[in-house]
Amino acid sequence: MADERTIRVPVGIAGVDLADAERAVLADEPPPLPANADLSVVGKRTPRLDGRLKVTGAARYTSDVRLAGMLYARIVRSPHPHAKIKSIDVSAATRARGVRAVHVVDHLMGSAVLRDKSQEIPSPHPIVRYVGQPIAAVAALTQADADDAARLVKVDYEPLPFVVDVDKARDPSAPRVFPGAADQAASAGGGGGASNVAVTGNVRGPNKSGPGGPPRGDAIEALKTADVVVDATYRTQVQTHSAMETHGVVADWKPEGLTVYASTQGTGTVRDEMAEVLGLKKSDVRVVTEFMGGGFGSKFGAGNFGVLAAQLSKKAGAPVRLMLDRREEHEGVGNRPGSTQRLRIGAKSDGTLVAIHLEAYGTAGTGTGAGVSGPMKNMYACPNVLVEESDVFTNAGPSAAFRAPGHPQGAFAIEQSLDELAEKLKMDPVSLRDKIDVDETGPHFNAASRRRERQLGAEKIGWSKRHAAGADAGPIKRGLGMAQSVWYRIIDLDASCEVRITRDGSVEVLSAVQDLGTGIRTALAQVVAEELGLRATDVAVRIGDTNYPSGVPSGGSKTTGSITPAARNAAFQVKRQLLDQVATLLGAPADSLVMKDGKILVRDQPTRMLAFKAAAAKLRTEQISARASRQEDYGAPAGKPGRGRIGVGGLGGVQFTAVAVDVETGIIKVERVVAVHDCGRPINPLGVESQINGGVLQGISYALYENRILDRNTGVMVNANLESYKIVGARETPPIDVVLIEQYRGRSSTDAGGIGEPATVPTCAAIANAVYNAIGVRIRDLPMTPARVLAALASRGTK
Amino acid sequence: MTKDDDDDNGVSRRRFLFGTGVVAAATTLDCRAPELGPGQGAQVLGPGKVVCTLHVNGAERRIELEPRATLAEALRVELGMTGTKVACDRGACSACTVWLDGMPVCACTTFALDAMGRAITTIEGLARGDVLHPVQQAFIDHDAMQCGFCTPGMLMSCAALLKRAPDPSLEDVRTATSGNLCRCGTYPKVFDATLAAAKTIRGGGKGA
Repeated sequence: MADERTIRVPVGIAGVDLADAERAVLADEPPPLPANADLSVVGKRTPRLDGRLKVTGAARYTSDVRLAGMLYARIVRSPHPHAKIKSIDVSAATRARGVRAVHVVDHLMGSAVLRDKSQEIPSPHPIVRYVGQPIAAVAALTQADADDAARLVKVDYEPLPFVVDVDKARDPSAPRVFPGAADQAASAGGGGGASNVAVTGNVRGPNKSGPGGPPRGDAIEALKTADVVVDATYRTQVQTHSAMETHGVVADWKPEGLTVYASTQGTGTVRDEMAEVLGLKKSDVRVVTEFMGGGFGSKFGAGNFGVLAAQLSKKAGAPVRLMLDRREEHEGVGNRPGSTQRLRIGAKSDGTLVAIHLEAYGTAGTGTGAGVSGPMKNMYACPNVLVEESDVFTNAGPSAAFRAPGHPQGAFAIEQSLDELAEKLKMDPVSLRDKIDVDETGPHFNAASRRRERQLGAEKIGWSKRHAAGADAGPIKRGLGMAQSVWYRIIDLDASCEVRITRDGSVEVLSAVQDLGTGIRTALAQVVAEELGLRATDVAVRIGDTNYPSGVPSGGSKTTGSITPAARNAAFQVKRQLLDQVATLLGAPADSLVMKDGKILVRDQPTRMLAFKAAAAKLRTEQISARASRQEDYGAPAGKPGRGRIGVGGLGGVQFTAVAVDVETGIIKVERVVAVHDCGRPINPLGVESQINGGVLQGISYALYENRILDRNTGVMVNANLESYKIVGARETPPIDVVLIEQYRGRSSTDAGGIGEPATVPTCAAIANAVYNAIGVRIRDLPMTPARVLAALASRGTK
Repeated sequence: MTKDDDDDNGVSRRRFLFGTGVVAAATTLDCRAPELGPGQGAQVLGPGKVVCTLHVNGAERRIELEPRATLAEALRVELGMTGTKVACDRGACSACTVWLDGMPVCACTTFALDAMGRAITTIEGLARGDVLHPVQQAFIDHDAMQCGFCTPGMLMSCAALLKRAPDPSLEDVRTATSGNLCRCGTYPKVFDATLAAAKTIRGGGKGA
């Protein structure tokens, strides 16, 4: 066991209850960082370091990679939702103009697989189970040649009965998507589902043990004892990730190894999957992601497209660019599953929750992972909780992790039901939450943060002026609503950085971690600069390359909380090397030296100093370097190392919305959002704010506009584009007030957390609650389209 | 990228050229395409490459391309100017926005040949040397970007607005960017940055 020492770290909410707490840490941990107010770089609004590259068009994304001799590829995809392939004839395609390689898919990834493979329909090729499933791919000299040749691949399909409608798929007489029980292992991006779940027909479940653990108490019995029960059913649609840059790679297979330029949120996870599928050593695969155009959970793996590109590159002996088009992006590389949730909540007359019972089913297409129960278990104290969740297989593209998997869906249901409960109890919705949002025993989620957030948000939006539901006269009715989120403090110990100082005074930080647009590049520079007494712009950040120390896949809002402590620890270690070497020059012991404002100073003797550059020039070697990895949380119980550990405490937020509903047209307009969030120690509040804006806007988009529509007669997505698959635009963007609280927990050398996911969880629910407050009718189906608003108003006879 | 070039219905960008704006294009075509005589009607170009000259960011660029090539393809593939992004490839998201004679257009739905004889400005031509356009600087200062993939198109829309409306309102900025989709949800900061840049350009102080 390594040596330990005790440090005092700030704990609590800045400006509210900040105090010191003791933590036992490893002996070589850096000293604790004070709160942001006492720092010079960390916690300061810092324009992102790669901003200039992005605004000049110089930032190189995967789709911009151009290599000598690079070929262009196109995938042949199934037009059928369910079919057996009798034969594939690639001869005409192979002879076509410019074609250099053709490859037929022999192993399909992304869908669930049969538990008993002998049950599979006999076929020389993978069975087609969704429209857009990849069949083969062609590489040619130009994109046009590849597109032309792809049309020449002759596939003889034997169509099979199919089902794309989730309600029909539940019927025991419905066509079977899989001829037996099927499972999908969880991937690096989450998703997947528990194994050994009962499968009946297309229904896989119910699973009673979601991410929140096994059932608590006896919810069914307890519901009978409740003073009030709210019983309601909610439906949510399928949403596609729709990143602006589609999925894709440039694969360059050479005898000495495979290099993959990938639009990914996990350089390491792409490398690992490529190595596994292609039978290569990890050291023979290099993945590079300089810039990537959005992922939102869908871009962790090698993908069928990635493996095809690598195989084409190997056959052709040339690099191959394979970027999906917009239709392929919608159909084949992930989505947020839809859901139907019957939720019963029982409470005592004072609001105390007695029982929560959720029966949910949803479809992740040919995948699994449609669970929604997170918010039923992670937000409110309740002794009896039972969730029963089922995946329903349909002949549709498999889902992928999508920004807080399951949580916006679950929040849409529980946050509306709680509002309804508050109304029945004649309580204010905020007061009800003050009552039930309390930390239970065991690992808790920092209920104090959300209490503070409710208070700040309520003041800012003018909650006290909220009127009774449907109180406005006239056709435009306004309303206020709120909802909240909790997310997990996920820690990945496979997060490493190297920090180098070179004799000319240059400083570099290196890690395989990738920047999705969250600004981790800038955060790393800030953390290193803070430690070395420099400015963020003094630090060169080299990331997005598996040749660097292994990074962390960016999912679960874990990147900043996992990688910044590694960067700080590496910077601290290299700083000690530097100070040891220059101590004699300053005639003071190394441990009396501090680095600040570009100088090395003797503590308490400000006149004795050396400029950082002058100190670096005295290095005995050209370069010094240190490497560090994320350590266990301070004070955490020892556990098995690895990915996906959940730390003590949570991340969360509370959002308030103001809406206007036109009861003549049914159009909902979001007029204002107040988003109050916590993310541990904010490293760069400017970037955090941007991510919260993004979470809110994706939430508005999900609440009001987005909807993947499959034609039930053909299984084809009818709006696989960006004009009929509507996502929120500039005109629908309301003013968003972001309020960030600094929540210190003293759990790592930076004490940073994440923000991407909690920022999008509550928005759709907060809008739904505001709509109810405006019109006095609940909309329980997403998206809340004008047609649904009018139908809801009509069903109540109010107009 | 060009899946709809030649689909099964026989409708294609190439065939669409029959009897369309190619008359104008062909008269300025610098090369192998023969001059049209009177009464010959529309000229058919392709398949196969033709040579043309594009005026990009103040420079004449002579390239060979297939007549069906879009301006986005000409810029990105033939000229290697990858600052212009393609995200939907059908004019729905404006990621590919460039200027033709100062007017923002979607480069993914503009034929390269139709851009001949017109001044093409791309994101690479927005700055003057090392000096950023005020709206570029304001985008950095206000963090008006996340993944950055929509940013070039967004900037071209905002910079065009500032040329025609030096003192825009928030509604003007919303309208100017209403075709530009940003999946990261950066619109609020795009609004702030553009209004700040307008102020800078008018001499009202630093944009940030």
